[in-house]
Amino acid sequence: MLIRALHDEGVDILFGYPGGAVLHIYDAIFQQDKVEHILVRHEQAATHAADGYARATGKPGVVLVTSGPGATNAITGIATAYMDSIPMIVISGQVESRMIGSDAFQETDMVGVSRPIVKHSFMVQHASEIPSVVKKAFHLATTGRPGPVVIDVPKDVTDPKVKLPYEYPKDISLRSYQVPGKGHSGQIKKAVEALLSAKRPMIYAGGGVIQGNGAELLTKLTRKLGYPITNTLMGLGAYPATDKQFLGMLGMHGTYEANMAMHYCDVLLGIGARFDDRVTNSDTSKFCPDATILHVDIDPASISKTVTADVPIVGSVTAVLEEMLDQLGKSKSKVDKEALDIWWQQIEQWRDRKCLAVAPSTDGRIKPQQAVKAVYEITKGDAYVSSDVGQHQMFAAQHYPFDKPRRWINSGGLGTMGFGLPAAMGVQFAFPDAISVCITGEGSFQMNLQEYATCMQYQLPIKIICLNNQALGMVKQWQDMQYGGRHSHSTYSESLPDFTKLAEAYGHVGIRIEHYDELYSKLEEAFALKDKLVFVDIAVDPDEHVYPMAIKGGAMKDMVLSKTERT
Amino acid sequence: MRHIISVLMENEPGALSRVVGLFSQRNYNIDSLTVAPTEDSTLSRLTLTTSGDDARIEQITKHLNRIVDVVKLVDLTEGAHIERELMLIKVKAIGAQRAEIKRTADIFRGQIVDMTQSVFTVQLTGTGDKLDAFIAALGDNTVLEVARTGVSGIARGDKVLGL
Repeated sequence: MLIRALHDEGVDILFGYPGGAVLHIYDAIFQQDKVEHILVRHEQAATHAADGYARATGKPGVVLVTSGPGATNAITGIATAYMDSIPMIVISGQVESRMIGSDAFQETDMVGVSRPIVKHSFMVQHASEIPSVVKKAFHLATTGRPGPVVIDVPKDVTDPKVKLPYEYPKDISLRSYQVPGKGHSGQIKKAVEALLSAKRPMIYAGGGVIQGNGAELLTKLTRKLGYPITNTLMGLGAYPATDKQFLGMLGMHGTYEANMAMHYCDVLLGIGARFDDRVTNSDTSKFCPDATILHVDIDPASISKTVTADVPIVGSVTAVLEEMLDQLGKSKSKVDKEALDIWWQQIEQWRDRKCLAVAPSTDGRIKPQQAVKAVYEITKGDAYVSSDVGQHQMFAAQHYPFDKPRRWINSGGLGTMGFGLPAAMGVQFAFPDAISVCITGEGSFQMNLQEYATCMQYQLPIKIICLNNQALGMVKQWQDMQYGGRHSHSTYSESLPDFTKLAEAYGHVGIRIEHYDELYSKLEEAFALKDKLVFVDIAVDPDEHVYPMAIKGGAMKDMVLSKTERT
Repeated sequence: MRHIISVLMENEPGALSRVVGLFSQRNYNIDSLTVAPTEDSTLSRLTLTTSGDDARIEQITKHLNRIVDVVKLVDLTEGAHIERELMLIKVKAIGAQRAEIKRTADIFRGQIVDMTQSVFTVQLTGTGDKLDAFIAALGDNTVLEVARTGVSGIARGDKVLGL
C-alpha cells in the first residue's frame, strides 16, 4: 500500500537500506517494478542522494530506512535538507505498535529525535491512514518553504496480511497549513518604487530563487533594471554567473566587489535569501548601513529575523517577480541612469581589484583554484557540480561560474562533510547522461567513501575531483589566522590512503595529479572515461587560504584579501 | 515585556511537543504553560506566557504559526483581555493561625477547600500578581505546597479565537 501510494504520488526512485522493521515494505518493493529502489551503503548517504536528486530536479527526494540505527543514521541528512529547505520524504520503519515505548530491539523515537529538523512528521497509526499520510507528507514537503517530512511506520501497519480497500486522495487540504501565494500588491508597489528611486541599488538573491524556480524571472528583472546582482552560496545559478551584471558570490568568502556593493548600496532587494550570519557577518548592526531593505520570502519567519526589513513581502518568488515586472512596466518612475552609471563606475573599480586572481606557483605546485578552473573549462561550465564542505567548497563556489540554476549542489546551511559523493549519485540517477562532478577534499570524501560500492553496483560514472591538501583545510586556515598557526588535529598527512589504489579496489579508476603541467591533460583523460567513475586525486598547495574572508565582528566591507592585505 | 499567547492547535499526538520544543530549540523562554481540549474535540487550546522585546515576540508568533499543527494564535496582551490563574496552596494552620489564614483568604476571595487539624488548603483564582500577593500576605505562616495552573486567558469583547 505504501509503495503504491508512492507510485501514485509520481515517485519513480527511492534511496534506502533494508532492516527488520521495513521488511514488509521491501517485500512489496521486490514484487513490483514501478518504483526503483537504490541500495546505498549507509543511511546517511541515502538521505544525501535523495537530497542531491531533489536539488537537481526540483522533485522531492524519497528515502526508506529501518528503525533505530537506520533512522538515526538518516538524521544528518535530514538536518542538511532542513537547513537548505530541500523537499524530502523520509520513511522510517518503527517497531510494532504494541512494542513502542518498551525499549524494543532497534527502537528509537524517530518522531521525537527528528522533531527540530523536519518541517513536519507523522507516525502512521493504522494501515488505512497510509494513502492520506503520504499525500499530506508530499504536500507539506513540496509547497511553501519546502523541507523534509518524516513518516514513521510501525511494522504491523505494513503487514501484508492486513487487506484494506485502497484509494489515493486526489488532493488534500490542511486547515492549519496555508501556502503563501502572491505577495501583497501594495507592498510590491512600494518595493518597485524604492528600486526605481535608488541611486546605488543592489540585488541579493538566495537559494529560494532556485527552489522556487524563479531564476528566469529574476534574470529578466535584473536585466531590465540594469542593476548589479550577487548570489548567496545557495543561490549560485539563480543569475548567470558569466554575465557582466553579476558581481560574484557575497558573504564570508564572497568577492570584494559584491561585499563592497552590499555595504554601500542605498536600496537592497533581498529575494529568497535569509540574511544569515555567513552573509551579514556577525554584527548585523553594521549591515548595509544606508540601505532601504526590501525582503521577499515565502516564509514569514525569515523576514526580519536577523535584519529588519523596511518593505517585507511574503510570497512565492515567481508570483512576486511577475508582479514586480508588471508594475515596473506600469510605473511612471524610471531608473536613474545617471546615478546608476556612477554606481557602476564605482563597482568596476572594486572589480578591478581582481580579488579572486591567483598567482601560479613557481615550482609547478597546483593551486586549488587552478584545479577548479580547469574542471570548469574542460566541462565547458555545463556540469552538475556537487561539493563537500570546506576550502574546496569555497574554491568551487568562487571559481566555477554557474550560468544555470540547480547545477551547484552543496550543503550550505548545515555544512555537512560527506555530502558530496552521495549527492552526486542522486544527480547522476536523475540525469544519467549529464556530467556529475563531485569537487571534494580528502577529509570530506572519507566521510562517505563507502558509497564507492553503490556507484559500482549502479555503474555511476561520477567524476570525483579531490583537492588533496593533506589537511582539514578550512580548520587549518582558521588555526593559521586565529590560533597562532597551532594545527590542532587538522593534519593527518602520514595516514592518508593511496586514493588511486582505493578507487581501483572498488573497481573504479584512480588518477593522481601532482604537477601543474599535467593538470589539463590528466583531467581531460578522466572526463574522457565516460562510463567510469574516476577519482582524480590532485595534490594541491597545502598552504593556500580561501580569500577574501570576512573579518569577524566587522561590516560586509571588512575583509581579509590575502595573507598580507586587508580592506 | 510579558506576553500571553493563546494557540489553537490540532488535538494530535506530538503537537504539544512541537510547540514546547520550538521554545527550547530557539532559545525562547516559557514562564507558564496551560493546555486542554476545547469544545471542539479536534482542537486544543494552549496558553503560554513568555517575555521579550517586540522583535522576539514577532519571531515567536511567526515560528509558532509555522508549526503545521498550529491552526491559529493570538497574542492576548496586544489588546484588552482577561487573564486568570488558579492556585491551590497548602498552609500550616494551628491555633491562632487558623483564623488569621481564613481572614487573609477571605480578603483575597479565596476559598478553603480542604482542611485537617493542622493544614488548610486554599483555592485562589486571579492574575499571577494577585496569587503572588496572597503568598506574600501569608507572611510568617508556613507554606507547605503550592500548585499553580499557569495563566489562561481570553480577549475582552466580541473578538474570538476560533476557526
